[in-house]
Amino acid sequence: MTTLISLSPLDLALAAVLVAGLAGAAWAARLDVTRPLVISAARMGIQLALLGLVLDKIFALASLHWVALMSLVMLLVAGREVSVRQKRALAGPRGFAVSTGSMFVSSFAMALFALVVVVQPQPWFQPQYAIPLLGMLLGNTMNGVALSLDRLTTAAWDQREVIESRLMLGETWSEAIGDLRRQAMRSGMIPIINAMAAAGVVSLPGMMTGQILAGAPPVEAVKYQVLIMLLIMAGTGFGTLLAVWLTAARLFDRRERLRLDRLRKAGR
Amino acid sequence: MTEALLELKAVDCGVLDPVDLSVQGGECVGISGPSGSGKTRLLRAVADLDPHGGECYLDGGACSARPAHDWRRRVSLLTADSRWWADTVAEHFPETDAAALAALDLAPGVMEAEVARLSTGQRQRLALVRLLVRQPRVLLLDEPTANLDADNQARVEELVGNRQAAHGLAVVWVSHDPRQLQRVAQHCYRIQDRRLVAEAPA
Repeated sequence: MTTLISLSPLDLALAAVLVAGLAGAAWAARLDVTRPLVISAARMGIQLALLGLVLDKIFALASLHWVALMSLVMLLVAGREVSVRQKRALAGPRGFAVSTGSMFVSSFAMALFALVVVVQPQPWFQPQYAIPLLGMLLGNTMNGVALSLDRLTTAAWDQREVIESRLMLGETWSEAIGDLRRQAMRSGMIPIINAMAAAGVVSLPGMMTGQILAGAPPVEAVKYQVLIMLLIMAGTGFGTLLAVWLTAARLFDRRERLRLDRLRKAGR
Repeated sequence: MTEALLELKAVDCGVLDPVDLSVQGGECVGISGPSGSGKTRLLRAVADLDPHGGECYLDGGACSARPAHDWRRRVSLLTADSRWWADTVAEHFPETDAAALAALDLAPGVMEAEVARLSTGQRQRLALVRLLVRQPRVLLLDEPTANLDADNQARVEELVGNRQAAHGLAVVWVSHDPRQLQRVAQHCYRIQDRRLVAEAPA
């Protein structure tokens, strides 16, 4: 078995030179992305460096408390990210609760299931398995949930007159928003469905690639990748269903009135 | 004195002083007033589409005592701009009403038409039929003929009048045109200084 070739700071600096070159070209072409490009690249480097240090510690401690704390922080950040990525999210604590709650179902529950039932490391919360698994689930399902919620709230805003017309004809709130709800649920699931269809043919998924680079036999790496893909699909699917359902219900009050005043103003 | 079919008690839609109003079955009440005076807000409150104060009663039963969709099925609001969500006309109808279509000069084949290919006026008339086939008890009409020519205005007025008499519907007709209200309504009100002021019948 080969061992991983360690990267020196010089190696990373060489890659950074490429991005610096791109930033220069973007500046010359007046693309207006130079600033965000440089800031994002710097953020990525710092955040990952810190993560590396934190993971070193957590791996060494291997205690449930620290793994749980780390997971909680990741979950809350993901919940906030889902809320921020929508043009008109549900306003207030309710919006955060919906997005965090659906991230919990989509990622937390799936990661727990994978650890306790499928992979079964000893102990089950062994950080080397738990943290990367949860991180990958959160990162991917976050996209689906944010996409579907954005689709739902934007469509409800744009088509409020259609929804109200249906209410005026005596339809229930659920019938009146049914079409939009289905569209939103579908749009959240389509990216991962497409990703599964292209996996291995067009794209080589990152986790598998990483394991192969680290010297794992390709067949073992593939098994992990299949597991994670299935978990992401299930997580994104259930998380999307839940988030869209809760948000759609929250768009109406007890008298089945469309209450778009519960959405955050656009443009924040 | 017979009990009113539709009764408003201190309905507060935010723009008008609380409104008391009763409409008998088979009766049409007309409301006119400048735009922005609160006509639409009042109708939306009666249809329970906006949060509001006061209470509405249908046949003595309070609006808040029954599910909102059930109330709106019986107390139905028609707006000046009709909205459609499916491709063909027929998908918006639980059943067809050939008599109503004919009364509004619409060919039976219109049911199979694509909504996008119809004129505003055709859609407006179809929206009335769409409402009538669901057999509401009360019609809340908000400028129902705003996009129609004189002939079709007359057809709409006649159809509503006939249904009102035949099925004992209560009608609240909002229009900016006082002459239309004199034609269709038995009692007319004008909005003045946040109040409904009764007008003398013609």
